[in-house]
Amino acid sequence: MPFRFEDAASLRDGLRRVDYLSDEGIAGVVYLADRLQKPVLVEGPAGTGKTQLAKSVSEVLGTRLIRLQCYEGLDEAKALYEWNYKKQLLRIQSDRSDEHDWAGVSEDIFSEEFLLTRPLLEAISAPDPVVLLIDEVDRVEVETEALLLEILSDYQVSIPELGTIEAKQIPLVFLTSNNTRELSEALKRRCLYLHVDYPDLEREKEIVLTKVPGITENLADQVARVVRSIRQVELKKAPSVSETIDWAKTLVLLGVEKIEEQTASDTLNILLKYQSDIRKAAKELVTADGVSV
Amino acid sequence: MTATSIPEGSGRSAEAAPWELGDALLELLNGFIIELRAAGLPVSLTENLDALEAVKHIPIGDRESFKYALGATLVKRHNHWKAFETVFEVYFSLRGREYAIGEDSERLDLEDGELDDARAGDQQGAGGAGENLSPEELAEMLFQSLMRGDSQMMKGVARQAVRRFAGMEPGRPVGGTYYLYRTLRNLDLDGVLERLLQQAQDTQGEASEMDQRLWRDEYQHRIGRLHKEIEAEIRRRLVADRGIEAMAKTLRRPLPEDVDFMHASREEMVNLRKAIYPLTRKLAARLQRKRRHGRRGPLDFRRTVRASLSYGGVPVEPKFRNPNPHKPEIFVIADISGSVAAFARFTLHLVYAISGQFSRVRSFVFIDGLDEVTPYFEGVEDINEAVHRVNTEADVVWVDGHSDYGHALGVFWQKYGPDIGPRTSVMILGDARNNYHAAESWIVKEMQDKARHVYWLNPEPRSYWDTGDSIVGEYARHCDGSFEVRNLRQLEAFVENLV
Ligand SMILES: Nc1ncnc2c1ncn2[C@@H]1O[C@H](COP(=O)(O)OP(=O)(O)OP(=O)(O)O)[C@@H](O)[C@H]1O
Ligand SMILES: [Mg+2]
Repeated sequence: MPFRFEDAASLRDGLRRVDYLSDEGIAGVVYLADRLQKPVLVEGPAGTGKTQLAKSVSEVLGTRLIRLQCYEGLDEAKALYEWNYKKQLLRIQSDRSDEHDWAGVSEDIFSEEFLLTRPLLEAISAPDPVVLLIDEVDRVEVETEALLLEILSDYQVSIPELGTIEAKQIPLVFLTSNNTRELSEALKRRCLYLHVDYPDLEREKEIVLTKVPGITENLADQVARVVRSIRQVELKKAPSVSETIDWAKTLVLLGVEKIEEQTASDTLNILLKYQSDIRKAAKELVTADGVSV
Repeated sequence: MTATSIPEGSGRSAEAAPWELGDALLELLNGFIIELRAAGLPVSLTENLDALEAVKHIPIGDRESFKYALGATLVKRHNHWKAFETVFEVYFSLRGREYAIGEDSERLDLEDGELDDARAGDQQGAGGAGENLSPEELAEMLFQSLMRGDSQMMKGVARQAVRRFAGMEPGRPVGGTYYLYRTLRNLDLDGVLERLLQQAQDTQGEASEMDQRLWRDEYQHRIGRLHKEIEAEIRRRLVADRGIEAMAKTLRRPLPEDVDFMHASREEMVNLRKAIYPLTRKLAARLQRKRRHGRRGPLDFRRTVRASLSYGGVPVEPKFRNPNPHKPEIFVIADISGSVAAFARFTLHLVYAISGQFSRVRSFVFIDGLDEVTPYFEGVEDINEAVHRVNTEADVVWVDGHSDYGHALGVFWQKYGPDIGPRTSVMILGDARNNYHAAESWIVKEMQDKARHVYWLNPEPRSYWDTGDSIVGEYARHCDGSFEVRNLRQLEAFVENLV
């Protein structure tokens, strides 16, 4: 199988072309994931572009994105495959009449015709080199993680009634996590690890310039600076990249050219979610002497 | 960049010419991984092999890629990244050809006496020129590098400053912080910051408080970069002098979750305070999940039958009743005197962060007097604020402000003892260093008779218990359990078990 990316730098350029601003670390790890045929576990604060990374990579590659959204209680039947009970029941009932032998029926109803493919199996059996996104994997219970292990290390799925289904193409796999719990060592061992943090000043400015139509370079720079300063304050929840973008859009709508103190404190509620954070940040911003943490 | 790229496609297929790691690099990587393990990072064999495989795919001279390749394969927890970085810098700060790891294009000779200040003048340093700068010229260069934010210039300044001010001598057994301190003292960065701000104001004219704040943050950020350069320069020289292993050893630091509450440095304390938010969020999410999913009620027969109707009477989907667990009530009684104050703060923070798991949380703090602080936590969004109020406003001094467990427990028992019932779990926090006052341990005994559980949490290592004026054993005798809780890891484990 040919490699997907020439090198990390060309991947980074590709991502920029689809409006995703990465950095050396992000591009480097994704590049390695392809070379080593290993999944990437992407962790980091909310709204820093973890999910978007998988989407943008598939866009760069021009391939399908298959997404498994994780949630509490997700099970094999929703993640991997499920036997179509209803169809099976109907078949059994219709067979009852003409005295079929049980072995025959069982063979029959456990064939691919009665199999419902879910995202993981779909990614494995895809004929094309897809990107598989397993989003917010920290939401499933530890025990459910075990479902993923076979796929992530061997790129295959064992179905007791059918045998083992091996991947025709090795998908490029992203797992994202908000880190609400520690993932199992077994899972981590199989993955490359990428921590996506808040972007630095330059990258955040670029993101704003790319994502906010009609914004001036000067305003984007100010936005990134204010956000950086606010993130230094000890807050319950620091502003995410998507919140930065929302804030910048608001400022553009309001026709702001230069962010004054009044404008900043009037619009802080777009950047911050908690009242106590808003109060704290407003106070810090107009204190020139800096924070005494 | 003297990078030698790896030929396309050589990574995977066996037919292509195999790309060998040089012996020197291989040995260095092995030492590196051993040191990571010594620093407490759990590197498995698979991960070790992955790392060796990964570095084959990156351009050899590219230090940044090299670092990310190792990081992605060896470090699977973000809070281990700092430890990783430190070890990385030590291991790969020597950039000789023998290690085949370059940085920038310049090559630096450390072999023959670069530490020797007398000869420094005729060596070629990284900043290019600048060996014969006067102190005033160096100060000006420092100012300029920060004003422009010019990395290359900062590097040169760092190198010069260390050479000139750190006073490094071969074989001298002092740590890097000493040299750092000496260098920084001579640079007067606070003064430079004020000058930079003054300059900004002079050139930009009228500025609001917010603008000034933003400038200050920007310059502080640059000074932070310079700081890093200086540290790197000192480290590089120390490694050259002492060798990698010895250096790595002196730099070993506990991971954040293992930092002792009682002996945390200022910087470690700041990191601990930062660590507490994600930790509580994580814990809360985990507990919530446990509560919802851990226990499943008995089969709900009627709902199961109803659901089966859509499958022709086959009970395909069994339904269960909701469990109805009752939540415990928690009393926290915490010593907040000097040495154990930090421990009390973190514990209160953690308990209140998951207070949804309990029917009620009440908290009491003491030194030699005792005060209830439950109201501080009621209806607040930011637990940290409440904890701060506890430390500044609670009325906990009775006579002299030295811990008196006996008296404090007496006050508690008299005022709040009647509130303890069979659903109450009591956590008592402190080192039980009682300054030789009366113990009054009968109170704990009576408490245990009434309460569901009484636990004692002590931030001291178990081996110190009952030495000197510590009488924790006398209290623990009447408790359902006594626990050593020295760090976040132990605290988290205790609180999770409590639920
Ligand atoms: N590097 C980036 N380049 C361009 N846009 C970005 C970048 N990072 C974040 N964004 C923007 O922020 C939005 C939120 O990102 P995304 O949903 O991927 O975050 P996330 O990390 O998955 O968050 P969560 O943890 O809440 O799921 C994206 O839709 C995108 O518009
Ligand atoms: Mg997401």
